[in-house]
This record gives sequence, C-alpha cells and structure tokens, in this order.
Amino acid sequence: MRAAPGVSNSRAAWLLLAPFLVIFAVFYAYPLVRSVLLAFQQTFGPGSSRFVGLGNFRFLLSDSLFWTALWNTIVFTCGSVFIQLPLALGLALLLNRPRVRGRALFRTILFAPALVGVVFVAMMFGVIFEKRTGLLNLFLHQMFGWNLDFPWLETYVMPALILAALWQYVGFNMVYFLAALQNVPAELLEAARIDGAGSWKRFLHVVLPAIRPVGAFVVLLSIIGSFQLFELPYIMLNSTAGAENRGLTVVMYLYQTGFQIGDLGYASTIAWVLAILLIGCAAAMRALWTTEAES
Amino acid sequence: MSAARVQGALRAASVYAALSISSALILTPLAWLVCASLKRNEDFFNSLFLPAGDGLLGVAWNRLTLHHFYRLFAELGIGRALLNSVFLSSITALLATLFAAMGGYALARLRFRGRRQIDWLVLAVIVIPPPLLLAPTFQLLFQLHLLDTMAGLILPACAPAFGVYLFRQAALGSIPGELLEAARLDGCGEVRTFFAIGLPLVMPMAAAFLLITFLGMWNNYIGPQVVLQSPQRFPLAVAVAQLRGVYYQDYGLLMAGTLVSIAPVLLLFLILQRDFVSGLTSGAVKG
Repeated sequence: MRAAPGVSNSRAAWLLLAPFLVIFAVFYAYPLVRSVLLAFQQTFGPGSSRFVGLGNFRFLLSDSLFWTALWNTIVFTCGSVFIQLPLALGLALLLNRPRVRGRALFRTILFAPALVGVVFVAMMFGVIFEKRTGLLNLFLHQMFGWNLDFPWLETYVMPALILAALWQYVGFNMVYFLAALQNVPAELLEAARIDGAGSWKRFLHVVLPAIRPVGAFVVLLSIIGSFQLFELPYIMLNSTAGAENRGLTVVMYLYQTGFQIGDLGYASTIAWVLAILLIGCAAAMRALWTTEAES
Repeated sequence: MSAARVQGALRAASVYAALSISSALILTPLAWLVCASLKRNEDFFNSLFLPAGDGLLGVAWNRLTLHHFYRLFAELGIGRALLNSVFLSSITALLATLFAAMGGYALARLRFRGRRQIDWLVLAVIVIPPPLLLAPTFQLLFQLHLLDTMAGLILPACAPAFGVYLFRQAALGSIPGELLEAARLDGCGEVRTFFAIGLPLVMPMAAAFLLITFLGMWNNYIGPQVVLQSPQRFPLAVAVAQLRGVYYQDYGLLMAGTLVSIAPVLLLFLILQRDFVSGLTSGAVKG
C-alpha cells in the first residue's frame, strides 16, 4: 500500500506530531476523562463540586424537562431526515439530469446557505417569522390571505425550526447526493431503459442501491447534526426555550444547566446520555447496513 | 416522433422550473436581508422587500437609510466585534491547519512506533459529539486562568483530529515517494522535507481546510458565549446575537448586524470556491 518505504525516523515524526498531540492531550483527552468524572458530581460553578454517585442519572430519569428536550430534539431530527433529505435527493436528481445548463450556478446558489452560521440564520429567521412584520406572514397574507398573526415563534416553533434548517442545509445535503449519483452505473441505467423500466422503477432498482452507502452516511450525519440543535431555537426564541418549552432541545438544556445554573456535573450527565444515544445510533445503522449488504 | 419531442421539451422545462423555483426560494431570504437592513423600522409593516413609492421601479428609494449601519459601527462597537472575528478565525485556521498538516504528514509518510495507535485515535475521536467537552473544558480553562481570553478559545480548536485524518489521506495520495527519497538522499532533514516538499504538495487540501476552520470559528457561538465575558472581546456571533436581546423590535438594526456578519463569509466563498471544492474532493477521492 505504501508507495515509498518510509524511513524509520521516530524523532522527526514525534516532532511533527507534537503540537497536535500536546494540545489534543490537554484540551481534548483530559477534558474527556474529566467529563466522565463530572457526570457523577454536582458542581456549583467551575470551582466547587461534590460527588453524588449515580444521583445525576437517577434524577435525569425523572426529569420531565430532559424528556421534553429529548422529545423536541427527536421531532426536529425526524423533520430533517424525512423532509429535508428527500428534498435534497430530489434536487440532486434534477441537477444530475443530462444536459442541464447552469448546473454550477444552481449548485452554488443552493449550497450557499450552508456557509452562513446557525446564529446568523437564527437572527434572520427570527425576524422572518415575526407575526405582522415578518416576511413569511406578510408574503403568505398577500398571496393567500394568510393570518397575519400566525404565531410561528410562540405555538409553531417546531415547523419554524424545521423550515429554517431546511433552508440552511438542503443544498449541503444535495451536494453529497450529487456526488453519490456519480456512482450510478450508466450501463445499468441504459439496460433498464431498454428493458422498458419506467423512471420510477429505474430509480428504485438502479439508482437507490447505488447511492445507498452515501445515503446512509448522509442520514447519520443529519441525525448527529440535528441532535446537537441549540443556537437556532435559542437565538430565534430570544435566549429562551420558548413558550411551554416548545423550543427546548437537549443541548440547550445542557447549556442552561451547566452555564446558567452552574451545575457542570448534571450538564455532563446530559452530555453523556446524548453521546451514548448518538454512538448507539451510529452502531445500529452500521449493523443494519452491513447485514443488509450481506443478505 | 414529434409528440416525443414535445414531451421531452416539456420535461426539460419542468426541470428548469423546479430548479429555478428552488434557487429563488433559497435566495429570497438573503435578498430580503439586504432590503431589511436598509429599511426604516416602520416600513416593515407594509412592505415585503422595499417600501413602495413613486421612484424608479415603484420603490420609495428616499425612504431607505444607512442609519442602521451607522449605529452599528458608531454606537454599538460592531467594528470591534468584526476585528475580533477576523483575528480569532484567522489565527485558529492557520494554527489548526498547520498542526493538522504536520501530524497528517507524519502519519502518512514516516515510520515510527505508535503510529498505528495514533491512526486509530484520530479516527475514534470522530464519534465524540462536541457538546460533551463543553463543561469539562470550561472547568479546565477556569483552572488555567484562560477564561475570558482569546487563547482560551483558540487553543482547544487547534487539535483537529479529523483534520489530521484528512491530511493523512491527502499526503498518502498526492506526495510522490521518490521526491521524498531524493530529499533524504540530499541530506535534507525530515522536518525540513515536510516544509519544503510535503506541505506545498498538499496545498489544495490546506486551502480547503483553512476555509473550513475559518468558517467554523467565525460561525461559532456556543464557544465564545461560554468562554468570554468581556464585551470588548466578543466576536460577531456573540455581539450580534446579543443585539436581539436588547433591540428586539429594531428589525432593521438586527438585519444590518446579520448582514455585516455573513457578507464577508459569502464573498470569501465565492472568490475561493474553486479551490474549496477541488481541495475537498482531492482529500476524499484519493483516500
């Protein structure tokens, strides 16, 4: 595999790796170990703490705010996976058709929002979703006589969040699908066409199997990203969780617990539950994918 | 034959229609943002984009104002936040890219004991969600007296494990072994070989990674929000988000602040787009 037999030169290697390894050890590995310990502690700010054993975990099980946060996060994740990703795939299929002119321009435009930071997207959509002054209600009102007082930011927080995230990431996911579509074997498509398979059948039996590896990766990426939702609702709802905690997410709850209340211990417990959920998700998808690939 | 041609033309037209509508929907909020930053607050109630009037194109151009931008820079110190963002993002991007390139090159091109373990470590880290490190890092920075300092934000961002992996792949793919052999035979030290030959050859990857890390810090909110306390150190992400709390109804001001924050990034992307895309694909394809 190696093109040239690398010379055994430990000193140079460690020298080159040193900056990364030192910073990694201090600011990554050590905090990671500390977070395990913290999960079993209660703290009052960063300076003082006491050991509470499994107390945090026991509290978490009956903590209704945590379950609200988890539920909201799961709903948002479903929105990303079941609404945003199909749309992203649809756009990729359109853009991937032969002889589409202006492909680069469309791709650039659709991808651009992914570069805008979530905070700034939240600032923008916070005003777009305003009742009487926001773009969305005003536009829908002028077009369809929509209710100008439609309360996006009070009652319909979750649809608002899903819409804003859709705007930000649909093009980003489209780019992944577009790359995956390059792996669809053209001869197979042609053969299916000659056999008289319609475009839906060709999609189902030729395109979909070919893009499955990337598809699974995009789904996983989308789940991981959605589970870390924080800034979008936090800024849009003006540094709150919204009415009746409709915009409370797991990471927002972690932030409030650790940095507003000052209990870094319980915040770490929440963080570990999040991490375990995500690692479990990744492992499950991997297992699912390999067994299906074998059968 | 002609029926098939008509059908083909219709299909092509519908493809373009769908793509154009999608692109328009994506561009609309951005166009609206520019308009909103120039509008007086009272005009938000009766105009979608620009206030209607007798001017050219039916727009009341004389009702537009640069007042929001003036207030941002003259009264609210957004210029300072802009400089902070530029400083934080550039330093982080440079250090993170350099360290990742050095580490990735060593893993790909040098032989040493423990290489396999570090390869493994660099990949294992990918499954750790960043919020997990928030609380312990805060505690560590407190103990190191690095809270409310720029260093407290920059240092933790300078060990990008995923970056090391990307550069490892890039170095495996795009550095010819003979070139390194030649340098070694000429008595060039390994570290110097990296800077003279290795680094220039992974430049596409470096350009892409610089942009990624720059964007990451520019758009980072939770990090500076947790680490910094003094307003004069706030980057745009925090300074602009705070405006929303104080000037909740001052829509024009909020949108002007948002525009100031995202315009540099979008321009940078448009200019560097080609390098960015080719860098990313070179890292991914030659794995």
